[in-house]
Amino acid sequence: MSTTSFTSATSALNVDESTVVLAIETSCDETAAAVVMGGNDVLSSVVSSQIDIHAKFGGVVPEVASRAHLQNLLPVVSSAIEETGIQPERVDAVAATVGPGLIGALLVGVSAAKSLALAWQKPFIGVNHMEAHLYAGLLDDPTLEFPLIVLLVSGGHTMLVDMQDHGRYRVLGHTIDDAAGEAFDKVARYLDLGYPGGPAIDKASARGDAEAVDFPRAMLHDGLNFSFSGLKTAVINHVKKNPDVSNDDVAASFQAAVVDVLVAKTVRAAQQTNAKGIVLGGGVAANSRLREHMSTFGAEQGLRVALPSRAMCTDNAAMIAAAGWHRLRSDGPTSLAAGAYPNLRLPIDSSGASSK
Amino acid sequence: MLILGIETAVEHVGVALGDHRGTLATATVNSDRRHAESLAPMIEFVCAHAGMTLRQLDAVAVDVGPGLFTGLRVGIAAAQSLAWALDIPVVPMCSLDVLAQQAARTEDDVVAAALDARRGEMYWAVYKPGDGRMMRLTEPVVTPPDDCAIHLAERDQYVTCVGSGFVRHHDSFEALTRTTMRADQATWPSIDDLLVLAGQQAAREEWVEAHMLEPLYLRVPDAEINWATREGR
Ligand SMILES: [Zn+2]
Repeated sequence: MSTTSFTSATSALNVDESTVVLAIETSCDETAAAVVMGGNDVLSSVVSSQIDIHAKFGGVVPEVASRAHLQNLLPVVSSAIEETGIQPERVDAVAATVGPGLIGALLVGVSAAKSLALAWQKPFIGVNHMEAHLYAGLLDDPTLEFPLIVLLVSGGHTMLVDMQDHGRYRVLGHTIDDAAGEAFDKVARYLDLGYPGGPAIDKASARGDAEAVDFPRAMLHDGLNFSFSGLKTAVINHVKKNPDVSNDDVAASFQAAVVDVLVAKTVRAAQQTNAKGIVLGGGVAANSRLREHMSTFGAEQGLRVALPSRAMCTDNAAMIAAAGWHRLRSDGPTSLAAGAYPNLRLPIDSSGASSK
Repeated sequence: MLILGIETAVEHVGVALGDHRGTLATATVNSDRRHAESLAPMIEFVCAHAGMTLRQLDAVAVDVGPGLFTGLRVGIAAAQSLAWALDIPVVPMCSLDVLAQQAARTEDDVVAAALDARRGEMYWAVYKPGDGRMMRLTEPVVTPPDDCAIHLAERDQYVTCVGSGFVRHHDSFEALTRTTMRADQATWPSIDDLLVLAGQQAAREEWVEAHMLEPLYLRVPDAEINWATREGR
């Protein structure tokens, strides 16, 4: 009995400007689906956020997230298809985030995507969520030219990536302890500003004095790695010693310290690699001070600074579809025996090779 | 009526394809929690070996629980997506019904089916054979084994017990005199029984549209319990 499956048959699929990818993203607390043509033409992008569900717990609860993903999945996928007005048969490949992320949450999207690929007899593409974030900026502004420095800052990640071309990138620096977004969440919780921490700190900072407290700028002149846990401790110690201090001033000073480090290192990385531009990505990229300072200091150095929309900075499936289109073109389909990889990383140096 | 059966709510993964002639192809893998890795290739496998394509399916049947949360979600996400893409209904299967089904051929007594639910609890339900199938006498619940033992003692009937829940917690049932532990029977729901039962349910049109498929967790997430019991709420 022949066990040849369509997977090998479709590896010869011609991936071009008309190739339509349906992508599913369920790695954390957004259930998302999108339809993207040719790797850059977003036909639809639907995101169902669970922020309200997790707010009462003060953070993302994996089991609660997984349940919500399962509940939201089909409505999100079917709206993504319906919004485009295309027939499902027009979908050429189905992509899903395979990692990094919460294992139980990832599995919902992976399982659904593989089944859709099976039902439609189309290839499946497993996508690295971090690689997809690199594509978010390009989706927003297709005129960006390589090489680019991408600063990815979210609740789970803080990294500087030298993106030389599609699928060719190097991680230049990352956090050695807390992610920037994690620091925002922890400080916001400590100051009782609410959840999620990023927008809460941003809002409080607008009312506070960024120069009120001179918090440490860890490792400012020291390489391209980041450290934020000392800053978080400094904030807590300062509030303990000065119980009457204004929360808004503390928030603003904390935010200023984080932004100073992020901007200085990103600009330095761009200089070192002769980058043509800087792209922000990840949820923290929505921070207003970060956007403002990155634009100003980047422009001073003659760099083009791309500030993707908030929708593109935060988790979405359009970026998964874009990265999936490029992966399908370079590597072909992913095996249906693939699982989810909660600790999947960006390769330290992917010189044109596969990222897995 | 061609039906694809999917079992991922327990330790193993099972996939079967069958119609009025019976099971055409079946596959079981002791997956070591690799449900998501195994499932899609197994679906391809049973279709290829039965000489069928998914487009010929009339329905998809899936174990919706109670069982392993992550596992049952893998199966439901898969079944739901297949059914939606193929525009066919889904037959929701209860793991305990499937577990009890194995006794339908041999037992005249009341049958209790239980799966180990960890944390010193079990998922269980009680059935009576009749009309060629197992009729539920109680709805599935999750409780400490002692609660089940008390229920069975009060029932005061001969009861045949099947499933991993009784194997794991046999101590709690040793004092019962009219209870038989069927150690010779399968401790997990079998994919063949799932397919047989699914065929019966499908014949009665006991199915739902893909988006109406609901998991049977029986337990709320820990975080919800902690939140609800926190002081001042
Ligand atoms: Zn992300």
